[in-house]
This record gives sequence, C-alpha cells and structure tokens, in this order.
Amino acid sequence: MPETSSAVSMHGIVKRFPGVLANDHVDFDLRRGEVHALLGENGAGKSTLMNILAGLYKPDAGTIHVEGRRVSFNSPRDAIAAGLGMVHQHFMLVPSQTVTENIILGLEEPRFFLNLTQLDRRVQALQEQYGLRVDPTAKIWQLSVGEQQRVEILKMLYRGACVLIMDEPTAVLTPQEVDELFVTLRGMVASGHSIVFISHKLDEVLAIANRITVLRGGRVTAAGLEAAAVGKPALAQLMVGREVVFTLQKPAAQLGPVVLELQDICAGSDRGLPALKGLSLQVHAGEIVGVAGVAGNGQSELAQVITGLRKCTCGRVLIHGEDIVNQPPRAAIARQVAHVPEDRTGVGSAPGLSVADNLIMKKYRNAPVATGWVLNQPVIRQQAQQLREEYDIAAPSVEVQARLLSGGNLQKAILAREMSAQPKIIVAMQPTRGLDVGAIEAVQRMLLQERSHGTAILLISEELEEVLSLSDRIVVIYEGEIMGEVRPEETTLEQLGLMMAGTKRDAAAIG
Amino acid sequence: MIDWIVILQAGVATGTVLLFATIGEILAERSGVLNLGIEGMMLIGAMTAYKTAVLLGQPWLGVALGMSAAGALSLLHALVAINLQADQVVSGLATNFVGIGLSLVLGEGLSKAGAISLLPSWTVPGLSAIPILGPILFTNHNVLVYVGYALTPAVWFYINRTRPGLHLRAVGEYPAAADALGINVYRLRYAYVFAGGTLAGLAGATISLAVAPGWFSELTTAGQGWIAIGLVIFAQWDPWRAMAGSYMFGALRRLILDLQGPQILLGLSNPFYFMPKLGFFLQMLPYALTIVILVIGSREALKKRLGAPAALGTPYVRGERGK
Amino acid sequence: MAVSDGVAKGPHFPYTVRVEPRLETSRWLAPLTSVGALIVALFIGGIVIQLGGGHPLKSYQHILKAAFGSVGVFNDTLVKATPLLLVGLACALAFRMRLWNIGAEGQFFMGAWGASAVVLMPLLSKETPQPIMLAGMLLAGFACGALWGLAPGYLKARFNVNEIVTTLMMNYIATSWTLYWVFGAWSEGGFQMSRMFPKNAWLPRLLDYARDVPAFRGLTLHLGILIGLLAALAVWFIVYRSKWGYEIRLIGDNPRAANYAGINIVRNTMLVMMLSGGLAGLAGMSEISGVVHRLQGAISPGYGFSGIIVAWLAKLNPLAVILVSILFGGLILAGREIQPSGVPRMLQGIILFCVIASDVLLRYRVRVVRRGE
Repeated sequence: MPETSSAVSMHGIVKRFPGVLANDHVDFDLRRGEVHALLGENGAGKSTLMNILAGLYKPDAGTIHVEGRRVSFNSPRDAIAAGLGMVHQHFMLVPSQTVTENIILGLEEPRFFLNLTQLDRRVQALQEQYGLRVDPTAKIWQLSVGEQQRVEILKMLYRGACVLIMDEPTAVLTPQEVDELFVTLRGMVASGHSIVFISHKLDEVLAIANRITVLRGGRVTAAGLEAAAVGKPALAQLMVGREVVFTLQKPAAQLGPVVLELQDICAGSDRGLPALKGLSLQVHAGEIVGVAGVAGNGQSELAQVITGLRKCTCGRVLIHGEDIVNQPPRAAIARQVAHVPEDRTGVGSAPGLSVADNLIMKKYRNAPVATGWVLNQPVIRQQAQQLREEYDIAAPSVEVQARLLSGGNLQKAILAREMSAQPKIIVAMQPTRGLDVGAIEAVQRMLLQERSHGTAILLISEELEEVLSLSDRIVVIYEGEIMGEVRPEETTLEQLGLMMAGTKRDAAAIG
Repeated sequence: MIDWIVILQAGVATGTVLLFATIGEILAERSGVLNLGIEGMMLIGAMTAYKTAVLLGQPWLGVALGMSAAGALSLLHALVAINLQADQVVSGLATNFVGIGLSLVLGEGLSKAGAISLLPSWTVPGLSAIPILGPILFTNHNVLVYVGYALTPAVWFYINRTRPGLHLRAVGEYPAAADALGINVYRLRYAYVFAGGTLAGLAGATISLAVAPGWFSELTTAGQGWIAIGLVIFAQWDPWRAMAGSYMFGALRRLILDLQGPQILLGLSNPFYFMPKLGFFLQMLPYALTIVILVIGSREALKKRLGAPAALGTPYVRGERGK
Repeated sequence: MAVSDGVAKGPHFPYTVRVEPRLETSRWLAPLTSVGALIVALFIGGIVIQLGGGHPLKSYQHILKAAFGSVGVFNDTLVKATPLLLVGLACALAFRMRLWNIGAEGQFFMGAWGASAVVLMPLLSKETPQPIMLAGMLLAGFACGALWGLAPGYLKARFNVNEIVTTLMMNYIATSWTLYWVFGAWSEGGFQMSRMFPKNAWLPRLLDYARDVPAFRGLTLHLGILIGLLAALAVWFIVYRSKWGYEIRLIGDNPRAANYAGINIVRNTMLVMMLSGGLAGLAGMSEISGVVHRLQGAISPGYGFSGIIVAWLAKLNPLAVILVSILFGGLILAGREIQPSGVPRMLQGIILFCVIASDVLLRYRVRVVRRGE
C-alpha cells in the first residue's frame, strides 16, 4: 500500500541490460520534504534506477507511484510533467546556446516566436527566488562548471519540478561550493521540494541526507536508514559487503633525481582561452605527486602538454633534463612516458579494434611486436593474453572488440598497456574513475608498486581522498596556476578546499 | 564587351537552383544528418517535374510531384541513417545511386519530348525600374526565383528566432540534451531530412521547368548537388551566405558560357572563341572554384572555432551503457 | 513479473521481439550479411524489373548465362572485373582510414591520361621494347592517379577540407582535362579519340598466345588482371600484417587514439590518398592499354563509383574485393543488354542500401523472447 506522505515510491524495479542485471527488484521510497541519499559504489545501479524514475529508461518490471498515483513514463517529458526533474552528472547542456535557451529547451511555450529578452527576465526572477546566480545571456561554454550545474537545477525548477534527482552533483565542486550547494538544497527542501541525492561519497551523504538507501550489485542492502542513526563504517560495509580499509599502507618514499619538470608552462584550452598560466612543477623518480583541483582548471591541458597532445605558447617540458616541449606525442612515448588519459573511449582506446590491437598501441613500432615492417601476430596474441591474466581483464578473448569491455575492464586494459611498457614516468589522469572498489584498490596498489620501482608518477585526480592517500606531495591547481604545495599528512581538507577555490597556500594556512 | 548585368541576372536565375539545394541541406545538417544524396534527389525531382509537365501539361503539379519524389527518396536515406544508424556517408552515396538510376530508368525517352508549358516568368512592376538592381533582381525572372528571395530570410528567421528552430539547433548540437528534455530527436531528424529532400526536388524542378528546360539525363544536374554540399560548408550553415554563394556560382556559369562566344575581352579577341578546345578549361572552373571555397570555409572554421553542428554525421543512440 | 494493478488485461501475444546490442561476432557473420544483402537486393531489383514490365527470373537467368555461361563470356567478365578490382582496392584502402575517396573515377581518368601521355606525347619512343614501354605506362598511370589523390589528401590533412566534395570535384576536372587532349592535341583526324596505340603499348592478352595454346583463341583477358591480383595481395598484406596497416586501421577507428599513440595522421592521410589514387590510376592504365588501346572520352562506365560499392560489399577486405569485382564485372557485362540503361546503376544503389542495412545485424541482435521474462 503506497504511503500518502511519500512523494515517490518505487516497488520491485527490475532493469536488465545485455549481460548485466542493473536493478534487481529494487524498492525505493522518497518522503515529501526530505533529502534521501541513494548510496552505492560505481556500477551498483543507482543511476539506472533514477534514470528510470526520470523517464529515460523503462523498467522491465515493477511499479512507480508519484504522490500516491501509479505512473508509467514513456519519455523524460512524462516524468517532468509529473514533477520529477533530474540534474545529470554529465550536464545535458548545449554548449553553443545561452542559459535561457537551454532552460526553455523542449518546453511547449513560447509557441513559435522566441522573445529572448522577455524570457531572460523570467529566468532572472527564478534565480533570485532560489539564490542561484548565473547570467541568462551567457553561452554555456563560457560558464564555469559550478555555474553550469546551477543552470541544470534552474532548468528543472523552471519546469515546476517538485522532486529533484541529483546524480553525483559534488563531483565537480570544490568543498566550499559543495557547502553552498548543500545550503541551496536545504533551502529547497524547506520550501517543499523533495530531493534524491545519488552519491558514492560517504561523508557527503552523512552530511546532507535525512535518510539513506544503499545499493550494492543492483540490490538494496539497506532501505531508508535514518542518517543520524548510522555510522560510516557500517555504511561502507553495506556499500561494499566487506570490511573497507580507509587508508592505504604506504611505504616511505625513496626519492631519486627529478625526472619530469615543467617550467613556466603557458597553454590555451580548446576554446582559445588560457588554460595554463606559467605553471611549474617537478616530479622525482619514485614519488607520486598528486594534482588536486576541481575539474576544468587546467588538469586536462596539463596532462596533454606533457604527453605532446597540446601545444604550449611558452615554457619547457623537461624529461630527464631534455626539453621536449611542443614535440609530437612520439617524443614522450619514446622517452617512456606512460599516459593514462581521462577519456577512456575517446582517446585511450580504439573501440572497433580488438583488445589485442589496443594493447600494442604503444609498442607496435619495435621488436618483438614488429620486425621491420611486419607485425608479429603470434607475439601480439601471446602478450595480450599474458596481460589479460596479469591485470585481470574480463574479456571472452583478446580478439573481441574493445568496445565490448565494461568501463572498468577497459581501464584495466589501458593501465595494463601503459604500465607493462616499463615506463619511467606515468601521467595518470582520473585512473580510478568509474571503477568498483575492488578495481580501485588494485589500481592504487599498482601505482604504489610502480612508485617503489622508481617510476615518477603524476596523479591528476578529482577524488581528494585518493590524492590524499596516494601522494607524497600534493599540488593544487586553480585556473591554470599552482596555488601551493603541501604534504598530505600536514594538510587539512579545509586548506585544500581553499586552495582549490583560488586561495594561495599561505593565505590558506592552517590556523 | 561582357554585359555584367546580364550575367548577374542569369546568375540569380541559375543560382536559385543551388540556393534551394543548399538551404535544404543546411536544414538537414543542422539537425545532425549528413545527406550526400542531393544530386540523386535533384535529378529525380527534375525528371518527375519535367515528365509531369510533358504528360499532363501541368508544370505546377510537376513541381509538387518532383518535390514529393525527392522527399520520398530522402526518407530512404533517413531510415537507414537514423533508425539503422548506418554510416551516413555511405547511405547518402547509395541514395545517390538509386536516385540517379531511377531517374534514368523512368526518364527514358523524355528528352525527345516536344514543347511543354513551363513555369511563368514575372517582372515586378516598379522594383524593376531601380537602376542596376532592378534588372538583376526583379526583371523577367521565373516565379521560383522570387520564391528563393522569400525562402532565405524565412529559413534564417525560423532557425534563429523561433522555438522549433531552437529545437532544431539543439538536436544537431547535442541530441542527448534535447532527448532528456523530451524532444523527439528521431522524429525531428526525419522531418528535416525530408525537408532537405523536398527542397532538393524543388531545385531539380527549377532546372527542368525554369532555368534550363529539358531532360538531359545526368547532365541535367551536372554535379550541382555536390556543389551544394560544398556551398553548405562555405555558407557556414547560414542561409544568407548560402544565397550569396549560390548566386555567385550561377553568375560563374553564365560567365563561362559567354566567354566562349565571339567577344572582345579586354581589347583582345576572345581566345576561347577562336580555340574552342580551351573551353574545356572553362568548364573546370565551377568545380575548381568549389574546391577553393571549401578551403576558405574550412580555414575559417578552424580559425574561428566555428564549424559544423557538433553532432553532424553521428547517429544518435539513446542511453549508451557503460563508460 | 509484472505487478497487476487490478485492471484486467486482454489476451496478448506471449512473445515480444527485442533488439539488443550484439556482444560477440563470429567471423562468418560479416560475409554472411553481405551475401544476404545481395540476395535481398536482387529480389528487390526483380520486383522493379517486374513493375517495369520485364521478367525477373528470365532476366537473372539471362544475366548468369551472359556473364558466366561459357569460357568466352567468363573471359569478358574477367576483363570487366579488372578495373573494378583495382578501383575496389583503391576505395577499400582509403575507406579503411575513413577517407572517403569518391574520386576514383577521376583518378582512373588521370591514370589513363598519364599512360597515354607516355605513348602519345611521346615520352618513350615508338621503338621502345614492350616491357619497358609498359613499365613506363604503369609508372605514369600510377603517378598521375597518385597525384590526383594527393591533392585532396593534402587539403584534408592540412586544412581538414571535406574530401568527399574535393575528390568529387576532381572527377569533373579530370574528365574535362582528358577531353581537352582527346579533342585537341591528340585527336585523330578531328575525331573524339586519339590514334590507336602501337603494339608495344598494348598489355599482352591471352589471345596473343593463341598460336601456342589454341584454347586461348579469342580470349581478350589481359595482364591487367595479374596486376590487380598482385595489388590485392599487396593491399591485404599492408592492411593486415604491416605496421603501416595497423596505423591505418587505428586512424580509421579512432583518430584521437591514433594521435595519442603517436601516429602521424597528416602524413598517413597523404600517403593513403596517394596509394589509393595510384591504384585507381593503374585501373585507368590497365583499361587503356589492355582493352581500348587508345585514349577517348568514354573509357569508364562509372568504374570509379562501382568501385565504392565493390569495396563496401567486400567489407573493405582486399581478398573479398577480388570475388566481388568478378561478380560486378558479370553484372556490368550482362547489364549492357538490359533496357533501360539506368537499371544497372539503380541495382547498384539497391545493393549498397541492402548492404548498409545489413550492417545493422553486425551490431545488434534480434531476439524473440517470452513476455515478462
């Protein structure tokens, strides 16, 4: 019997995709006026469940009730009409259009003619009501990530959404921006909205949620727990199913000479705006330098500049003292610089080629994979199979196309490829994104192992916890500059957060 | 001497063909679908329109049927490219072959047809008296030319200042966003591919019933469908630039013809008249010029970071799993 | 299980059809879909023939006989297949890198022109021994075709100019260029063709050896077929077994990944377009020197475009191109007698459509499942 104080109620939801059961008879209940967190690690089925609620997928079985009424959504439009609005993890905003155009996109009115000035004013009024400031006439590509998120929220509010589903909203925010978001969310709840907060971050969930539901492997392991009554270790266990160790055992660093050095690097972004402004840093052999920062502050460009994928307007990139700035990618590859790119499918792999072909991407020029002009097929196959076993890549064979691998396995393949080449330097960008906890631990162990072999590692990651636990030194990047360098054992989240938001280190000193 | 007024006037007339085809392709490409079958669609439009005029004596009906035939052909490309998510380049080429083949098959024996009724020509009273612009734009032009004048600003306004135009742009730039907001990406793409097809058919009808009446098998269109595709890039997907480019090409065609007649060029006897074989080089001009404008358009796109609608040529698949 | 909400549902068909992404592909699926597509296309073509007042079954029987019915006819089929083979290879190679070379027709013409130039300018004297003359013509044919492919290739590599339109425009330019020479400097007595080539510029044909091997009498199959077969083997080896082929395949699949892997895309674009153009140029040379023995305006019934379809039907596999080109050679040969003249072109378009449509089956699986499962 559906409860009448519930805003949304889902019963027995089943959703299958080829090869995987994403939701296995899941129940979920959202009360009016609460923040209900949906917790689970990557791949647990949280996004799938909410995509069903938002009308993007149809469940294979199960029912959904909104305000006590049974509903069935055929498209996102139906869900929005029922008052459910989803703010996606990866924003669904058209970059070349303005804020207002994005907000009114898909609506029935205005009927035909666009009177943009009038609409801009309406959007402005809505902003003031909820305290979400952003310029209605700005084009999306000109906005910061935090501002874009506000546009997404406004989009849903403009459509009269009573229930907001937020999918991993804090992934792109600084700790301060997260606090601001939480204030906004609490304000919305006070004015009658209900919120579903999808996350895999325990601390945030405990901070913002009234109740928590935990998903693991497509099933509910705990439903509607009162947040105040449950502790972090218990939640972690519900999430993962076993004791989770929160800190990694890391042996002391054995530092060698500086192998990677950047001096005063300036580079532009794809949009032509400056992305790196006089950035300098050094990495020694045998150490992990973590680059912390909110996405979009120059991390991508940093990785690309080192690996030759982007041109610099000034500065030097020194590998073992040799300047390779602005040379093509071959220069870095030839000097055994491994690159784990942030875009697995767009840059790091060739989806239509076989797994084996993907694994030789950096090695195909030399023996034993190739002799002279010819590729040595048996060697390729054998090496690929070896890597498959060693790195535990789940694939029916090494001849299948790479696009059939799951995200986690594709990442393992990429890591296998990069690390097996005995690199001297590793540039790893978001190496554990989208992986389940087991894979994350494996990857982190691999990085630590490389570190103990004397490899210099530059770890660029948006996961502060990961940066804190793996790095020997942390630098914080903000708007293309290094705000400061700290040691993980000597810093606090607050100091890091301040640096990530633009305060230089000394001003952000612990005090 | 070369009469520039006549050349520009003829340019507007001939250019109208390219104008229709280019604007049609702009609509399709703005929605994200590359349609390379324009040449075949134009041909089938031309053939159908001409055949209707010959058999039934109804040129306007011919225009309508020509547009419908081309539109129907475009639906074939739409089905394969949108629903089956096939490679849009190859699908467009296939549409081309089918269109050309069908036109040749159904147009057998047409060229021997006798005099037929064409679409009327019209001179705008008053406007045609304006010096220079009057004779070029408003004198003795086929009705379809005036349709072209109205179509260009209308399409521009539609794309940039209306709600459906906003949806069109969104579907071509970021279909996932449009889809998440309830816009039916597939339906819109079908609609705009169809629109592009019918306009290509109109372009064909313009050739066979207005500008160069007759049916000359493949020579009827002589590659203008492909020039239109190049023009879309040059126009940076904007109807006004498409208009400018189309008329320019039209003028070039007329210029090439004139250059082969007995003229005095710059005080010298016309070399092209006395050595007619050189005429082959003149014939190369429109195609060479297309390459030139393509290079210009591409460099402009690179420099200004403009360019095609972001989702052009990529089939839209909803809800791809895994990352 | 579907949860009942108390509203009675009428009886419904217990099965439903589901389309889902295919996880594994067997090696035979690709050729199977091509063959299936071909059969469907012939079926559709049959319907069209029927609608046009013909007899589909008789027409197809006629085609089979006219193309493969006897040694003589098969010989003619192979002669027609030779240029298709080379052009098909040209397209297959370029398409592997997602370089849409629609200009094979123009590269064909330029290859023919280049080979003719060796004979007609002349670049080699009339007394040159046949092997050297032919080698010169081969070289010239390849070089002219390669240059014709390089130009759009360069524009694409440097300025990202759409190669579909540029290669196509080069087609028209190539035809005009050839016509200029055919009507002008090389014209034979004012007619629209050059003079006949001297015998040392003819590719050797089977019937040249009829005195020693009587079975070869009347067989016009020429050395071009051997060139084509060798080219097919070479292209196969390059694409599947060489480092360069790996780079080509990687660029074709994901240019950004190729860049990340350190591959020079600009250089490869130009090289592949050169090789592709060169192969098409060889086709032109082979046709001029092996069949027509002179340069004239009509040397290609659209080989350049048929080559695209051959390549696609062969799923870009050079060895399959051999088979498909023989098939299409037969179609073109037999199709000459089919009225009206647009039918072969239309049929090619239908075949291409069916092949593209069948490609879906490679990516998706259609399953019939029990409802509620």
